[in-house]
Amino acid sequence: MTSTENTPAATPVKKQLTIKVFGVGGCGGNVVSHISRAGFADVQLIVLNTDSQALAQCPLPYKFNLGLGLNGGLGAGGDPERGRAAAEEDEARLRELCTGVDLVFICAGLGGGTGTGAGPVLARVAKACGALSLAFVTLPFECEGPKRMKQARLGLEEFKAAADGVICLPNQKVFKLIDENTSVIETFATTNDLLAQGVRGLWQLVTRPGFINLDFADLCAVVRNRHSESSFASAEATGPHRAKEVVEKLLANPLLDGGAALGEADALLVSLMGGSGLTMAEVSRVMEQINRHAENAHLIMGAAIEESLGDRLTVTLVASRQPVNPPAAPKAPEAEVPEPESTPRAGTGFDLLGAAIASKPVPRASALKSEASQAPAVLTEVAPDAALSAPMAVSRSWRSRKKAKVAHPELGLETVTTGPFQQSEPTRHNGVNLDVPTFVRRGLVMN
Amino acid sequence: MLNLFFPEKTTVIVGLEIGTTKVAAVVGEVTEAGGVNVTGIGQCPSRGVRKGEVVNADLAAEDVRNAIVEAEKSANVEIASVYLSVTGGHLTSLNTHGVFTATSDDHEISPPDVTEVLANAKVFSRPSENTVLHAIRQHFTLNGQAGITDPVGMLGGKLELDMHVVHGVTTRLQNPVRVVKGLNLEVEELVFSGLASSLALLDNEQKQMGVLVVDFGAGTTEYVVYADGVIKHTGILAVGGDHVTNDLSYGLRKVSPARAEQLKREHGAATIEGAAGQTLTLTSENGFDDRRVNLEHLRRIMVARLEETFQLIDDDIGEQGFHEQLRAGVCLCGGGARIRGIDQLAESVFGLPTTLGRANAVGGLRSATDDPELATAVGLVKYGAIRQKAQPQGGLVGKLRNLAGSLGIF
Ligand SMILES: Nc1nc2c(ncn2[C@@H]2O[C@H](COP(=O)(O)OP(=O)(O)OP(=O)(O)O)[C@@H](O)[C@H]2O)c(=O)[nH]1
Ligand SMILES: Nc1ncnc2c1ncn2[C@@H]1O[C@H](COP(=O)(O)OP(=O)(O)OP(=O)(O)O)[C@@H](O)[C@H]1O
Ligand SMILES: [Mg+2]
Ligand SMILES: [Mg+2]
Repeated sequence: MTSTENTPAATPVKKQLTIKVFGVGGCGGNVVSHISRAGFADVQLIVLNTDSQALAQCPLPYKFNLGLGLNGGLGAGGDPERGRAAAEEDEARLRELCTGVDLVFICAGLGGGTGTGAGPVLARVAKACGALSLAFVTLPFECEGPKRMKQARLGLEEFKAAADGVICLPNQKVFKLIDENTSVIETFATTNDLLAQGVRGLWQLVTRPGFINLDFADLCAVVRNRHSESSFASAEATGPHRAKEVVEKLLANPLLDGGAALGEADALLVSLMGGSGLTMAEVSRVMEQINRHAENAHLIMGAAIEESLGDRLTVTLVASRQPVNPPAAPKAPEAEVPEPESTPRAGTGFDLLGAAIASKPVPRASALKSEASQAPAVLTEVAPDAALSAPMAVSRSWRSRKKAKVAHPELGLETVTTGPFQQSEPTRHNGVNLDVPTFVRRGLVMN
Repeated sequence: MLNLFFPEKTTVIVGLEIGTTKVAAVVGEVTEAGGVNVTGIGQCPSRGVRKGEVVNADLAAEDVRNAIVEAEKSANVEIASVYLSVTGGHLTSLNTHGVFTATSDDHEISPPDVTEVLANAKVFSRPSENTVLHAIRQHFTLNGQAGITDPVGMLGGKLELDMHVVHGVTTRLQNPVRVVKGLNLEVEELVFSGLASSLALLDNEQKQMGVLVVDFGAGTTEYVVYADGVIKHTGILAVGGDHVTNDLSYGLRKVSPARAEQLKREHGAATIEGAAGQTLTLTSENGFDDRRVNLEHLRRIMVARLEETFQLIDDDIGEQGFHEQLRAGVCLCGGGARIRGIDQLAESVFGLPTTLGRANAVGGLRSATDDPELATAVGLVKYGAIRQKAQPQGGLVGKLRNLAGSLGIF
C-alpha cells in the first residue's frame, strides 16, 4: 500500500499549566513588575514582601505582606533570619498560594533580609505542594560589602537545597555588560530585564506551541530535584547571518563567562524564537554551534514562531551544572562560604539600598542559623526507567566494543514534535525524545 | 481418488495485524502433515493507529472490517476468529527464573512439580496495571544441568526454569481487542507482533544458531533474539518509518509529509553513496517545477535515523550480553526492509551478516510470504498452527497459554 493519508494536524494544544511567578523582597518585586510590563499571558504574578511601604508602591494586584505579626510591616532590615521567620509565620498562606500550581518561579535579590530568608521557605513550600520550583536570584554588587555577599551566598545555598533549580545572576557581572558610568538604578533595570527574559524564556519553552515544542515534563525531567545552580543568557540578532551572530553574541556574554559556562554545563535549556521566517535550517545551525560548546550537556530545546519578532531571532539559554556534592540539606553555614574574591571598591558596608533601609530601624543581624528543616520536603523521585530495567549480566567484551564505537552522541534534545506523533505519547529512550529528528539532535546542518 | 467422505482435514487460521500504515489479515490453513499454507490476504490502509496502537477506534474498526472482508473473498472462507498481534511502547520484557526444591535428591520429577516451578517463575514484580502477554518457557535446569526441555520422569532435587515474559499495560492491550470484538470477531489470542514476525521468518536452525529479527514498521520497530532454540530477549522501540518521513519533512524545508513519504520510497536509501552533489527537482501538482531537494541531505537525514534505531537495538542486545550468540546474524522484515541498502547498514551497525527475511516457515501464496510487510500477519497464522497443534495434548503448553491471563479467549 502506498497512500499515506495524513489526518489534518490539529493545532498543537498543550495541557494548560498553572504557572505562578513570585517576587520576594524589594528586588523580587521589581523584577516581577518588570515581567508584568513584558506582557505575559496566563501567568499569575505575586509579590511578597515584609515591607508594607514597598508593597504599596508596587503596581501589581496580587500582593501579600509577610510576617505582619512579627515585623509590623517594617521589612526584615537586612536580616535573613527575620525574613525566614516572617515566611514561616505565613506558611499556611504560602501553601494556599502554591496548591495546584505546576510551575513556580521565585525571583529574589539575595543579600537582604526578605528575599534571602523568605525565598527559600517559599521554594520549599512550593515543592512540597508538588510544583516544580525554579528560583531566579541576584547576588549583590561587590561594593555592597562582604557581609551582604556572605549573607547572599548562604541564601543561595539554601535556595539550592530547597528549589529544583536556581538561576543566579550576579549584579556585578551585569555591570560588565554595560557602561561603567551607568547609574545603579539603570544597572538594576538591566538585571531586572535579564531576569525577566530568563523567566519568559522558560515560560515560553513550556507553554508556547512551537514547531519544536518543549514539554513541561521535559523540563521536569532535567530540572527536578537537581538543586543545581545555573547561568543564563539571552541574545538577539537580525539579518541573513542571524543564526551565526546570535550564537556569537551569546558566547560573548559575560554571564556565560565567555562560553566557559557551556563547557561546564551538564544540562542546557535552549529556547529559540523567531518570526515566521524562522527555518529548521537556522534552528539546526544554532543548535549545532551550541552543541559544539556544550559537549557534556544534556540538551533541552524548544523553538517557536512569534510573528511579532519579524526578522529578529532570539535565543535564551540556561546552563546548569550539577553541584559536586548535591546539597541534600544545607551545609553548616560557617564551613564553606566563599568570600567574594575581590575587595569592594567603595567603603565596606555601603548599602546600595541605603536610602530605603536607613529610614527603618535596622537591628543589625544576629548570627545566621541554618536549620536542617530547610531540607527539601519532598522525597527524591526515582527515575521511572530505573525501576523497569531488569538487572542483567553484561558481557565485558561488548562493553569495550561499545566504547570504541562511539555510539550516537550522549546529548539529546528533549523536545516534543508536533505532526504525526501528536496523538501518541512521545517516544522516550533514556531521557531522549526520539520523536525529534535524529539529525536535529545530532546537530547536522541541512539547508 | 478423491475421498468425499473423509477429505483431508484442514484447520483455517487467520492472522490479523492492525498496523500503523496498513491493516493486514492473512488466512492460512494447516494441513494434516502440519504444514502451514497461506490461502488468502486482505489489506487496507490504516488510519486509526499511531506508533502501533489504536488511537481512533472507529477508523480502526472500519479498516479492519475492510481487510477482513477482502481476506474472506480472497480465501473464500468466512472468518469468525483471529489471532491478533499487539505492539506498543508500553510493552516490557524480562527473563524470569523459577525454582522448585524437592525433599531428596533422588526425587522423580512429576507434572505437579513442573506446575510449581512454573508458578514460581511467574512471580516477578510488575506494575499492577500490567497484564502478562507471554510467558514463554525457555528451558529447565535439573540439579545444575541446564538445557533440559522436559524434566518429567527425571531424577533430581532442584528443578529450575527460565522463562521469557512480555507484559504490557492492560488497557492498552485491550484497545485493539475491543475493536475486533466490536466487529463480532473473536480474538483467539493476543501475540506480540515481533514474536509473530520471527515465527514467519525463522527456521529451527537459525533459532538454534542464534539470530536477531528486526521488524521495522511504520510506527514501531520490534526485535526478537533467539539463541539455543529459544527466545532469549524481545524489545520494541516506538520508532519506525513514520519517523523517517517526519525527519525528512522537517529537514527538507517544508516538504509536506505526503511528499516526504514519496521521496523516501522513491529516492531514499540507507546510504549516502552516490548522492553527493545531486539534486531532485520536485514538480508541483499543476506540473510546474516546484523546488529542488538536495539528495545528499535527504539521504543523510535517513541514514541518521536508521543508524540510530539500529544502534539503540544493538546497545540493548549488547547490554543483555547476547551479542556473541547471534551466529545466524540478523534478519530484517517490515516495510523498512524495503529501504535500499538497509541490509548493509544493519551489517555495519550490528557487525553481523544481515538478510532480508522471507516467510520461509510458511507456504502458499507467494505474494504473502515474500512481502516483508506481511511478516507479522503471516507469522500469526504460524503461531496459531503451533498453538492448535499443542492444544489437544494439554499438558505444559496448554497450561502456559493460560498465563496469557484474562486476555486469552480460552
Ligand atoms: N537586579 C536587581 N537587584 C536588586 C534590586 N533591588 C535590590 N537588589 C539587590 O538585591 C539585594 C537585596 O535587596 P532587597 O531585595 O531590597 O532586599 P529584601 O529581600 O527586600 O530584604 P529587606 O529589605 O531586608 O527586607 C540587594 O543587596 C541588591 O544587590 C533590583 O531592583 N534589581
Ligand atoms: N520502499 C520503501 N522505502 C522506504 N520505506 C518504505 C518502503 N516501503 C515501505 N516503507 C515504509 O514501511 C513502513 C510500513 O511498514 P509496515 O507495513 O511493516 O508497517 P506497519 O505494520 O503498518 O506498522 P507497525 O508495525 O509499526 O504498526 C512505512 O513507514 C513505509 O513508509
Ligand atoms: Mg507491523
Ligand atoms: Mg512494527
